[in-house]
This record gives sequence, C-alpha cells and structure tokens, in this order.
Amino acid sequence: MEITSRSARRPLGRRSATRENLAGWLFLAPVVAVLGLFLLLPIVMALWVSLTSWNGQGSPFTGKVPFVGLDNYTRLFTRDDLARQDFMTSIRNNMYYVVIVVPVQTVLALGLALIVNSRMLKGKSFFRSAFFFPSVTSSVAISVVFLFIFANSGAVTSLLGFFGIKGPEWFSDPRGVLHLLLSGLGLVDADAPPAALTGGGPFGLSWWEWLAGPSVAMCTIIILVVWTTSGTFMLMFLAALQDIPVTLEEASLLDGANRWQRFRYVTLPMLKPTVFLVLTLGLIATWQVFDQVYVMSQGNPSKTTLTPAFLSYQTAFRSFDYGSGTAISFVLFLIIVVLTLVQRWVMRERSADAGGGRGTRQRRS
Amino acid sequence: MSVSTNRTARVTRRPGDGRSLVSTFVGYAVLVFFSLVFLYPFVIQIANSLKTGPDAAVNPLSPIPHPLSLASYERVFFGTDLPLWLGNSLLVTIIVTVGRVFLDSLAGYALARLRFRGRRTMFAAIVAVIAVPGVVLFIPKFLVLNQLGLYDSYAALILPVIADAAGVFIMKQFFESIPISVEEAARIDGAGVFRTFWSVVLPMARPALITLTIISFQGTWNEFPHSLVAVQSPSLFTLPRGLADLVSGSLGVGTQYPLKLGAAVLATIPVAVIFVIFQRYFIRGANEGADKG
Repeated sequence: MEITSRSARRPLGRRSATRENLAGWLFLAPVVAVLGLFLLLPIVMALWVSLTSWNGQGSPFTGKVPFVGLDNYTRLFTRDDLARQDFMTSIRNNMYYVVIVVPVQTVLALGLALIVNSRMLKGKSFFRSAFFFPSVTSSVAISVVFLFIFANSGAVTSLLGFFGIKGPEWFSDPRGVLHLLLSGLGLVDADAPPAALTGGGPFGLSWWEWLAGPSVAMCTIIILVVWTTSGTFMLMFLAALQDIPVTLEEASLLDGANRWQRFRYVTLPMLKPTVFLVLTLGLIATWQVFDQVYVMSQGNPSKTTLTPAFLSYQTAFRSFDYGSGTAISFVLFLIIVVLTLVQRWVMRERSADAGGGRGTRQRRS
Repeated sequence: MSVSTNRTARVTRRPGDGRSLVSTFVGYAVLVFFSLVFLYPFVIQIANSLKTGPDAAVNPLSPIPHPLSLASYERVFFGTDLPLWLGNSLLVTIIVTVGRVFLDSLAGYALARLRFRGRRTMFAAIVAVIAVPGVVLFIPKFLVLNQLGLYDSYAALILPVIADAAGVFIMKQFFESIPISVEEAARIDGAGVFRTFWSVVLPMARPALITLTIISFQGTWNEFPHSLVAVQSPSLFTLPRGLADLVSGSLGVGTQYPLKLGAAVLATIPVAVIFVIFQRYFIRGANEGADKG
C-alpha cells in the first residue's frame, strides 16, 4: 500500500514541480523583460557613455566615439572650469533645499496627523483628504498654479499687500536667504561681502557663495514641495498613530502624564520607525527634485535653482554632452545612496539608545 | 470603527475637563487654516482659469471671476494642441495601467505562490529595482530607446513603464495574505496554474487590483520626465509635457495665465475625480508605499 502510493505520488509531484517551475518563470517573464530591457540594460549603457564624450550623433557604442576614462567624473571635482562651478552650485542649491524641505515636511506631516487623529474632532476623513489631495495631482499642473500664485501680480504678492508688506519678485530674485539674513542682522554687508569669505573656498565656489542659503526663487519651490508632499507623509503618520494601542495611552494617563509627556515618552517612541521612514523617503525624493525646477525656473535666476538632476538633463539634452550629463546623474545616485546609509546608521544608534535607557520597558515591568 | 467611537466617548466625557473645549476649538481652527492652505490654491486655479487676463492680473486672490469668461478654455481647445495631448495621455495611461495591473499581478503571484528555481533571487532583484532613484534613469532610458530605434514613438512612451517593480511588490504582499486553501482546492480539481490564477485568485484580489489600478493611473497620467526623454515630436506629447511646453515656450508669459491655468485644470480633473470616488484606495496606496520601505 505505502510503497505503491508513494511511487505513484512521486512522479506526479516531480511533473507538477517542473510545470510550476516553468509557470513561475513564464509569469515573471514579462516583468523581467521590461525591467531588464528598460532599467538594467540602460544603466549599463549609461555607465559606458559616462566614460565617453558622446555628443548624441550616431551610436555611442562604436569605435568612433572618443573614450575619456573617468574624466567626466574627475572634472566635476578637480578641474577649475564652468562645468565644475555649475555642478557645485547645483549641489549647494540642492543641499539647502534638502536641509529645509525634509525637516519641515516631516514636522508638518506629524503635526497634521496628530491633530487629525485627535479624538475630540470630527470630520477626520474630510481633513485627511484635504491635506492629501495636493499629493495626488500632477506636479507639472501644480507648478503652473504656483507660478501664478507667486507671480509679480499674483496671489501671494496681493496677500502680502493686504498686510502692507511688499513681497519680493519671487522668480527673478537670486538673493540668498542666508545672505539677506546676515546682512539684515548687520553682520555683513551683502553688497560688499567680507574679503575673507570671497577670497576662496572649496571646489571653485567661494565661502561666501557656499553660505548663500536658498535663493528667494528657490524658496517658492521649497514651499511648493512641502505643500505637495506633507499630505502623503501625514497619511503614514496617521496609520502609525492608529496602531498605537489605546491601553498604552490610558496607562500613561493614569500615571498622570501631561499631554507633552505623553507625546514625548509614549507616542514619539512608538512612531520612531515611521519618522525614520519619512526622513528616508524625504531625503531620497528631495535630492531628485526635477519637475518643479523644469516648469518653474529652469535653474534660473542666476543658476540659483539649478539642481544636479536638472543640470544632468540640461548637460545631456541641451548641451549634447551626454558623457558629463550621465556622470552627474551617477554622482547624484551615489550621493543618495551614501546619505541614506549614513542616515540609517545614525538612526540605528539613536533608537538603540532609546530602547535601552528610557521609559517604556521599565514602566511595563 | 467601533473601537474609535468607544474611545471618543470615554475620553471626551471625562468629568471636569474644561480645557478640552478650548483645545477642541484650537484644533478646529488649525485644521480649517490648513484646509484653506491646502485647498485654496485649487480654488485660485479654477477661478482664474475662468477670468479674463486683466481680471486675473488685478484680482488673483478672488474666488469669483468677474466677468465670467470661457475664453481661455476656448483658446485651449481651439488654439493649442491640447486636445491631441489629452488623447495621447488617455491612450498611454489606459494601456500602461492595464498592462501594469496584468503583468504585475502575474509576477506578484509567481513570487508569492509558485515554487520555482531562482524565486528568492528574483524577488531580491525586484526590491533592489524599487530602490533605484528614477532621476538616474533619464539619460539611460533615452540611450536604450535610441539604440533600439524606439525613440520618439508611442512604444517609447508605453513600453518602458508598462511594468513596475513597486506594483509587483504590492501584489505579492497581497497574494501572500489570502488563504492558500482555495487555490489548493482548485488545483485538486485539475485546474492549471494560469486557470487557478485567472479565475480563482484574481477575483479574490479585487481590493489590491483596484489600489494598483488607481496608483498606476495616477502615476502614468502625471508622469512628466519619462515623456521628456522618450519623445520630441509635439504630436506625441502627453498632457504634462504639453503643459510644460505651453508654460515655458511659445505663448509667452504674463497675460496668458487664464489659459495656462485652464490647461492645468484639465490636467488635474481626471485624477481629482478618481480621488473623490476612490479615496480609500488612494490612502491604501500611500500606505503600501510605506510598507515597502
């Protein structure tokens, strides 16, 4: 009995295993083909192109295209020319952009989530949708709207006019906010910056240029992006907040914790993974800002809204220097990867601290 | 749902909590303020698209057009290529959405349920693909389209985006969450792998399919940089590409705002309508995004 049934089962099992093996690959084949052909292969091709000085004529994969080795990469850091200056300017611009957008959108998203989640209030789903709606609309369309809102005769200017404030000409104002702040405080004169700062600095930009801060024009893009992305992150915080067990909060209420203590020692530790996620996603997205720059400013005024993503596009498709353009995008890729790893490492240290030392575990026991 | 109402009752009725009235008021004030901040730009967008040029310039903040004018929409439809872009966008979005939903579920099912050699490696590869920043792919995509002779064609707009790794991930997670017993019953009845997938598993996957349909539609409808590196002929522009061209290009700046805003309204409407109808799924989609991180 046993022997016959086992011998009967085995060939069938093997046959169906073979069939399943085949089916698995057939099911996966279209996706693998698309991703391989339009994602993996292109990256390999681009790595090659970044080592050449292909100008867009003919195929980049013939012997006629000059091979320049790592020159496209090294010139971005070492050669004293316009290409390096543009690249470093774009890095500076994007750095300030990231440093402002990521914390602001995270705090705003968390704040909105806390209020929307609050038990006293009704209409939760309306507010949730209202805050989330900008995130689902077209980045191009919304950039057009903000172009109008911040135009010289636009809504923001006339709103500021209500309060008797004369707003700047947003899109044509290349002045750095940090420069304005420093000269506003009387520390330096923006029109005649101190020679110690203008004299020199790393990578072909003077210290004074590095310290410009985001330009007024860049601020409009910052506002736009914070406005569009906060809603998505708010949803992530909301989902996490709803996962916090009610008993935990009730226990802290009984312990006599006030609202701030409850937030600081109960809610926030529970939200740590979500905070980490939101910061990571924010960091990755902000280094890639492109659509808004393309529609609103094209890198102007005075290159103060130039970002590496846009510069890479511009270098390849407008200046027909595909080698340099590709090199810039790979450097950008590297920046994103390195920063994500650094952030992961920093956050790991922190959360280890919090888990070991403080609160929750001791209280529970 | 019932849990949350219980919670509401318990906490708001705590005796002697006079402060809660104040904080309720402050809470609403903050919410209403931010609702205005998040929604008023759309009011401005719609209102100004219905104004005349001078009116929009003088009263940009006013929600009421004075006089009401449909001139900008007339110009958008008869004076620009927008109808063509609208058609292209619809065509591309529909094909890509259908393609993604079908291909991503096939792959997601294989990764969730079928035992085949290399499954783990392929899954790891797909997760790795999700992590590749899209901005790095602008020039590479152009290179491969150029090399394959697809550049500047509908195929260039559609093929590279007809499957996506994130969608495969979402479908795999979902298929893993449904009980395997139903499939096993179907298999014992002699149904083949595809048949089981098509007539037993897919109908059960409705919520995930709707979520994926919606995020694919929204993503493809709004997609801009891909069309920038895939095509160059104005006759192949999608709506975002055409809109970007309209703003930066030929029609100049300044007085054309009602026209541009009208075009922007038309680009916003389809996603807005779907958002209002399928909110739940949008929200789920956003949180799926959170899970994969």
